[in-house]
Amino acid sequence: MTEILGNWLAFLPAEAVEAVASLVAILALAIVVILCVAYATWLERKVIGFMQLRQGPNRVGFRGLLQPFADVLKLLVKEIVIPGRANRWLFLTAPVLALVPALAAWAVVPVFPGFAIADLDAGLLYLLSMTSLGIYGIILAGWASNSKYALLGAMRSAAQMVAYEIAMGFALVGVLMAAGSLNLGEIVARQSGGVTQWFIFPLAPLFLVYFISGVAETNRAPFDVAEGESEIVAGFHVEYGGATFAMFFLAEYANMILIAALTAVLFLGGWDSPFHGLVDPGWPVVGILAAPSLFWLAAKTFLFLFVFLWLRATFPRYRYDQIMRLGWKVFIPVTLVWISVEAVFFTLQIGPFA
Amino acid sequence: MQPLVDLFPFILFSGWSGMLIASALGVILARNPVHSVLFLVLCFVISAAIWLLLHAEFLAVALVLVYVGAVMVLLLFVVMMLDINAERMREGLTRYAPFGVLVGLLLAAQLASVWWLRGSDAELLAQPQTPYFSEGNTRALGELLYTEHLYAFEIAGYILLLAIVGAITLTLRRRQGLRVQQVSEQVAARAKDRVRLVKMPAERDE
Amino acid sequence: MNDFSNRVPPTRPGAGDRMRAVFRTFLLGELLKGLRVTLRNFFRRKITLNYPAEKAPQSPRFRGLHALRRYSNGEERCIACKLCEAVCPALAITIESELREDGTRRASRYDIDLFKCVYCGFCEEACPVDAIVETRIHEYHMERRGENILTRERLLEIGDRYEEQIAADRSSDASYR
Repeated sequence: MTEILGNWLAFLPAEAVEAVASLVAILALAIVVILCVAYATWLERKVIGFMQLRQGPNRVGFRGLLQPFADVLKLLVKEIVIPGRANRWLFLTAPVLALVPALAAWAVVPVFPGFAIADLDAGLLYLLSMTSLGIYGIILAGWASNSKYALLGAMRSAAQMVAYEIAMGFALVGVLMAAGSLNLGEIVARQSGGVTQWFIFPLAPLFLVYFISGVAETNRAPFDVAEGESEIVAGFHVEYGGATFAMFFLAEYANMILIAALTAVLFLGGWDSPFHGLVDPGWPVVGILAAPSLFWLAAKTFLFLFVFLWLRATFPRYRYDQIMRLGWKVFIPVTLVWISVEAVFFTLQIGPFA
Repeated sequence: MQPLVDLFPFILFSGWSGMLIASALGVILARNPVHSVLFLVLCFVISAAIWLLLHAEFLAVALVLVYVGAVMVLLLFVVMMLDINAERMREGLTRYAPFGVLVGLLLAAQLASVWWLRGSDAELLAQPQTPYFSEGNTRALGELLYTEHLYAFEIAGYILLLAIVGAITLTLRRRQGLRVQQVSEQVAARAKDRVRLVKMPAERDE
Repeated sequence: MNDFSNRVPPTRPGAGDRMRAVFRTFLLGELLKGLRVTLRNFFRRKITLNYPAEKAPQSPRFRGLHALRRYSNGEERCIACKLCEAVCPALAITIESELREDGTRRASRYDIDLFKCVYCGFCEEACPVDAIVETRIHEYHMERRGENILTRERLLEIGDRYEEQIAADRSSDASYR
């Protein structure tokens, strides 16, 4: 792409062309992610509806496919109400702070073979830090709203996110050990070669811990105490409406898709095909499927996104102290034990260390 | 055009440094303690950006991860929960000002001495060397930590572990007579211990 | 303190039992059981009706909007006996009667307040001449104040318009009365 742009923008120096090229890439990825987010809301309503023997949205467009756009339009034209004695500036900044890290984290995700917007060497760490930044939006929203429910929600989510970040970090340490690199592209490359090479098998407990921590990090059911609509109305975003609420909504779903994609990248070999190496790539249809491509990352992401919705439709909300117990007393020990097991794998030269 | 591109790192550096100083001033001058904390967060983020400029990827990301992502979140929360009276805190400002100015001057003098030393091209303060770039910043740091500085690293680790154990023992209180859930017992409960399913006819034959 | 003297002392679980419990916990057995339930429902037929397009079956005994019926010769059935007014638990019916020129007693006023009515169908049961009935109509609305009062004229009009269905419903239900 840089070459095409270089021909177009020949009057600019090479560095500027590079900057424009990466801007274009960022914009393209961001638009795709936001569209996915829009349809994730539709998917959620459909999936949960189906699991409750309902039909879900089906009025706007064919099978309700235009519903997201109707929702966006509605939210954007609504009035933004700023509560009295709220901290006006922070109140309006908080939704942005919630959304930006969720999108920024996509920078290091290897989308298809050989492409990530920023091929960062410390990609895994970058991801961890970005996901940990999302909490500021929630805390500030809770505080700036000048509402006790919002503050309670913010408090809950702060404690929860700090607790689960540690478990998540340890799970990532396991992946790092198996892959021998912090670079996400290399992590995927280490897993290439079909299902048998994926980290989900040698790192099964870490996979579970990572995914469940991801659910907790995104404040999704059954860990959605930060919203807890039956206890604290809507938690941190009680006071938000219209476009500001839409941004929190976007952030939540963007985070969901991000966690789903990361689980796919870290444990299921990202864009690698499950039949890689098992099927001759020369074959007509199967050959295309066996080649690593964007399709496989999308399929795996979709699978985990579905699990997110499935969990929400199935489980009742955890109680606050149970969440803390699970995070600190179960997940962290499990990850620590499995990291030691990995050390044994390493010395015995089995699994990904062979 | 080309000179502009070459100047780019310098422009970034000066811009960020200016913002860093401004937000550092914000930390101490903001009226609202929550705003102070947020300025501090901004300071950390900008410092991370400056470190990135020096190709210290790992340090930059670790700074954001540890300080912005974890420490400041908790600090922010403490500040939000405490009802700090900013006016009361400000009372001693003029009294402590001379001491503050003294510390500031000392710091400025140290920085100036760096400048001066660099002018006299002393060897220890040469431009930062980047010998490990080809292998990545993180690997380089890891190699140094686990070979040359192994003992220091391990001692630091043990001290931190000790701190964790200490913090936990300090907060671990068992109140007598407190009725708490025994989660492991609940999880281990089996249906046959709790429920007895009885089969009996719905109607008795007379 | 936690002395539940009537509690059955749990039998000590054996080592095998305990191992099984540990595995169940860590392999998330219970959670998978729950997930299976929702997934099964995911693929089951949806039971929602697309309401305005699809409707649930209605009984001929359905109790909806009220109507006053006529005999086939056009004479109105109501003889203003006020049994319905008396039986109405919500006091929704108001009747005034008068003597017509031909010497029969008729209702000069027959009002049903739809806001008071609880659609119990007692008026229908009480009526000796099958004059007041409740039809199957349940999709109706009011736009102005006062429209909640169904007057004698409107009730007769409804009865005239839906007589065919009302008659059919009565005859299909007649054998059970």
